[in-house]
Amino acid sequence: MLIPSPKWLRGDDIAASEITPRGVFDARRRLLALAAAGATGSTLAPWFARDAHAQAPRGQRLPATPNNAYVVPEKRTPYEDVTTYNNYYEFGTDKADPAHNAGTLRTRPWQVAVEGLVKKPKVYDIDELVRLMPMEERVYRLRCVEGWSMVIPWSGYALAELVRRVEPQPGAKYVEFVTLNDKKQMPGVSARVLDWPYTEGLRMDEAMHPLTLLAFGLYGEVLPNQNGAPVRVVVPWKYGFKSAKSIVKIRFVDKQPATSWNLAAAQEYGFYSNVNPDVDHPRWSQATERRIGEDKGSGFGALFAPKRKTLPFNGYAQQVASLYQGMDLRKFF
Amino acid sequence: MAPPDMSPSRLAVRPSRAAGQRGLATLAPERVRTVKVAVWLLAVLPFLRLLYLGFADQFGANPLEFVTRSTGTWTLVMLCVTLAVTPLRRLTGWNWLIRLRRMLGLFAFFYALQHFLLWLAVDRGFDVAYMIKDIAKRPFITVGFAAFVLMVPLAATSANAMVKWLGGKRWQGLHRAVYAIAVLAILHYWWHKAGKHDFGTVSIYAAVVFGLLAMRVWWWWRKPATGLKAQR
Repeated sequence: MLIPSPKWLRGDDIAASEITPRGVFDARRRLLALAAAGATGSTLAPWFARDAHAQAPRGQRLPATPNNAYVVPEKRTPYEDVTTYNNYYEFGTDKADPAHNAGTLRTRPWQVAVEGLVKKPKVYDIDELVRLMPMEERVYRLRCVEGWSMVIPWSGYALAELVRRVEPQPGAKYVEFVTLNDKKQMPGVSARVLDWPYTEGLRMDEAMHPLTLLAFGLYGEVLPNQNGAPVRVVVPWKYGFKSAKSIVKIRFVDKQPATSWNLAAAQEYGFYSNVNPDVDHPRWSQATERRIGEDKGSGFGALFAPKRKTLPFNGYAQQVASLYQGMDLRKFF
Repeated sequence: MAPPDMSPSRLAVRPSRAAGQRGLATLAPERVRTVKVAVWLLAVLPFLRLLYLGFADQFGANPLEFVTRSTGTWTLVMLCVTLAVTPLRRLTGWNWLIRLRRMLGLFAFFYALQHFLLWLAVDRGFDVAYMIKDIAKRPFITVGFAAFVLMVPLAATSANAMVKWLGGKRWQGLHRAVYAIAVLAILHYWWHKAGKHDFGTVSIYAAVVFGLLAMRVWWWWRKPATGLKAQR
C-alpha cells in the first residue's frame, strides 16, 4: 500500500504568492557570479596591494646635530624602505616581518648591562644612555651580506664615549654585544634559525674607532622597533649583521666572542666580516650590490637598475684599512 | 563512441556510463572546457599580479629580488600541482583531470622561463661568461640551471603532434624527467635558503614534492601483475 508523503514534502503547504518570480529566478546566476567576484576581489585585494602596510606612523622625535665629518655624499634611502625592509629574525625571517611583528617589543623599561673586564661596570638605564653624550646625526652606508645596501641617517654618538666611561682593563681585547632574547616579545625566537640570544662582537680597536656608532635613532626620530630599538650599534665598514640590534648587554672579554652567524655557518660568516668585493660569499659574489630605493618611481625599470660596485670596507677604507694592516683578509673574512 | 584519447596514459576511459551515475568520474567536454578555463585563469593570476605591481611601482624595496622570488615560487607551485594531477586522478577516479596536466606543466615552464630570464638578462645582463662562472661556482645555480634546461624539451614536446611524432612510449619516457626537475628545483631552493639558515618554507615544499613522488613509488611497487598499464 502506498503511504502518501507528508504535505510538506509535496509542497502543498506553499502558497502561490511565495513562488519566486521567473525573472528573479533566472537572475540568480548573475547574482551569484557578482557575489563570487566581489568576495574574490576583496580577498585578493591585499595580495595586489603590497605596499599598503608600509604606511606606518612616524616615531617620536629625537633631536640630533648633524656631524658633517660622517656624511656620505649619496642619496639617502627612503624612510619607508629603511623601516620596512629589515633582517631581524627574532621577528620573522621575511623582510616585511619585522615591521609587521615588532610592535610587541617593549622598549621601556630597558637596561644595558656593561660588564666584564672593566673597572667601572654599570647597568645603564636606557634614558641615562640617551643623555650620556650629545646626539649626532651621521649618514652612513649599510651593506648587507645578502648584496643590498642603504644610506641611513643615524642619531647617536661614538661607542668609544661609553667605553671610556667604564674604563676597560688591559686584558680586555674584545667587546661582545648581546641582543634581547625574549620569547614573549619576539615571536621569531621560537624558531631555531639562529642560536639565541643574538650575539656579535668587535675587536677592541674596532669598538673604539670613531666610526663605530651607538645609535638611538634614525631620520631624526627614535629608532623604530624593527630597526633595533631602543639602542643598537652601527659598524658601517662591516656587513650589516655585525651591527647588533636592541642591545641588552655589552661585555668586555679577553677571547674572541662566538658570534651568532659565525656559529650558524662558519665558512660563510666570519668574525671580521669586513665589506670586501674581492672575497665572495660561498653562495654569491660580493663584488656588486643593489642600492635600495634608487629606482623609485620607475616600475618595471626598477628591475633594470644598475648594480653598484661594492667598495672595499664599504667605502670607509681610508678610515679603517689601517686596523687590518698585515692581515690576510681572505683568511680573516 | 568516445573521441580519440590523446593522453599517452593508456588507462581506458569509458564514457558510456549509466545515465544518472553519481560522481565526477566523467565530465562532459564542455564542462571540462569550463574547468580548463577556470584553472587557466587561476594559473595566470600570479603573472597578472606581477604586471600590475610593476605598473603600480609596487615591487618594493628590492624589485629584482622580489620578482625573482615570486616567479620562482610560482614555478614550484605549478610543478607541485602538475605532479599532483595523476595521484589525484587515481584517488578520485576523475579521469578528466588528465586534461589539465599539460596546461599546468606549461605554466610551470612559463614561470620558470621568467625566473631564468630575470637572472640571465636582468641580473647578469646577458653576460654568458659570467653566467657560466655562476653555474660552475655556485651549486644552487647549477641545479637550478639543470632543472630549467630539463624543462625545455618537455615544453617543446607538449603538443599533440609531438606525442604522435615521438610515439607514446618515448614521449612518456621523456616526460618522466619531471621527477628530476622537481627534485632539482627543491635542491635549488633549499641551497639558496641555506645561506640564511631559513628552512621553514622550503621544508614545506620539500615535504609536498617528496609526498607526491613517494605516492608514485608506492603505486609502482604495488602495481598488480596483470596487464593494467602503470600510470605516471
